[in-house]
Amino acid sequence: MSLAKKYPKEVKQILSKYPPEHKRSAVMPLLYLAQREEGYITKDAMQDIADILDITVTDVGAIVGFYTLYHDKKEGKYRMQVCTDLPCALRGADQFMESLCANLGIKVGETTPDGVVTLEAVTCLAACDRAPMFQLQSGDGLTYYEDMTVDKTMELVRALREAGAEVK
Amino acid sequence: MSYVLLRHRDIADIDQIDVYEKNGGFEAFRQTVTRMKPGEVTDVVKASGLRGRGGAGFPTGVKWSFIDNKSWPHYVVANADESEPGTFKDREIMEGNPLQFLEGVAIASYAVGANAAYVYLRGEFWQIAEFLDKKIAEMEQAGYLGDKLFGTDYSLKIYTHLGAGAYICGEETAMLESLEGKRGQPRIRPPFPAVHGLYGKPTVVNNVETLTNLPPIITHGADWYKTMGTADSAGVKIFSLSGRVRKPGNFELPFGTTFRQLIYEYGGGVQDGRPVKAIMPAGASSSFIVADDKVLDTQMDYATVRTLGADLGSASVIVIDDTVSIDWVINKTIHFFKHESCGKCTPCREGTYWMSRLIDRLQDGARSNADVDLLLNVAKQMQNKCLCPLGEFSTMAVVTGIERFPQDFRKA
Repeated sequence: MSLAKKYPKEVKQILSKYPPEHKRSAVMPLLYLAQREEGYITKDAMQDIADILDITVTDVGAIVGFYTLYHDKKEGKYRMQVCTDLPCALRGADQFMESLCANLGIKVGETTPDGVVTLEAVTCLAACDRAPMFQLQSGDGLTYYEDMTVDKTMELVRALREAGAEVK
Repeated sequence: MSYVLLRHRDIADIDQIDVYEKNGGFEAFRQTVTRMKPGEVTDVVKASGLRGRGGAGFPTGVKWSFIDNKSWPHYVVANADESEPGTFKDREIMEGNPLQFLEGVAIASYAVGANAAYVYLRGEFWQIAEFLDKKIAEMEQAGYLGDKLFGTDYSLKIYTHLGAGAYICGEETAMLESLEGKRGQPRIRPPFPAVHGLYGKPTVVNNVETLTNLPPIITHGADWYKTMGTADSAGVKIFSLSGRVRKPGNFELPFGTTFRQLIYEYGGGVQDGRPVKAIMPAGASSSFIVADDKVLDTQMDYATVRTLGADLGSASVIVIDDTVSIDWVINKTIHFFKHESCGKCTPCREGTYWMSRLIDRLQDGARSNADVDLLLNVAKQMQNKCLCPLGEFSTMAVVTGIERFPQDFRKA
């Protein structure tokens, strides 16, 4: 089903934020909408957005490729995006990341075999005073987890796994 | 002293509209719309000496006065793309004291004749955007946003817009491109946004902290504002303190506070009692300041920090102690900028790439002085050649790191 058919109310609400003659501005919120269910944006969804906004699918693809929070491939249900930038690294983020890799049994950029968590290193998330920290991205949005320890993180992963099992 | 910006630390529930109203909320906006001409608002802000808090430090009222009154409509865009490594102040304002920020957006909009304003938040501030949407709806309900405000002909709508993970969108012309639904790549200037901004119309882009200063300036006046801070840098600033300090966090202090006060009095000193080796006062974009007693006793304001060979920028003070080697620090900053370069201009796109190759090779053990010279050379070749400040910023730590801490790079 097309995006406009599946989410008529949301599409209308998004378009209402911008002048009708500049509806292209809606491409970013529409991409988030397209990412909601699967956590990534399909080719069909890109075409839907192009049709809604009267732009080419290439234009839409260029936006997906430019911004790091849009994804065009299926990965883990949750993306655990750990900040390893300078201020966090001065407070132990690299060691935290290493230890997470060891505990999850994966490398940075990989997904756990059960498909629940993809571990990623990202740049500054404006939480430099609460390192180590990460954000959890799923189709539903983003949540910050700050002042984290490896134990607390693994507890969260267990909870996510249980929740994930229900979905399956 | 009570807080001017971080008022949620003094007043519980100030994010609630009734509590905010009880504490003087929206009186400044009411006063501007019902009793002041737009130009008068600009004059007060000019007289207050308020300078842009996003990093450039440009006088806010002067920026507004450039708005082109021959072309309409006008727009205001609030820059909430806070992404500089070491900066986390706008986030606290929007989470804790959102209504004062939104009132600031409203005052700026009235001053430049805008009937629509956008708050551009970095994509990671997803939950903050939802929160602001709720606050905006409450303001509409209470009659502070919408048509014919306070019985006048002035109308205003505020909308939030989420970015999606791109540091470059904090640069104001890249932000406008992004808001127009394009890749966030900076425009060639001039023309500046005040003439050719959002949708080609005159636009003012102001940082969240800048805008949050407006309600108290209108309420208490320009002279009151200038009683705080220094002659060069009026008012208060939120210093984001991070790195190897005991108590990192945001500290709202008058300009002119010294590095020593910030790090030791407010930040609790350095972890494990180590000495401060270097300070980066403007996040990853910063030059390194070699810390000594004289430096620590230096006042933090725009002009004085410049005498130390650095810029105060957004006042994101990263503290580095003597356990940290500067080559490791610039490895972090170079990879940050390489990742965030938008790819539009060659010096930045290629320069950050080659700097990353060189710093990796230097750190892989094959340390050679020739590579240090080459890295310095690449950085200097980039300077003054990039389309926007990002490329320039990427070289600051590299050049000053190698020049001011040669022992961390060169073999004897």
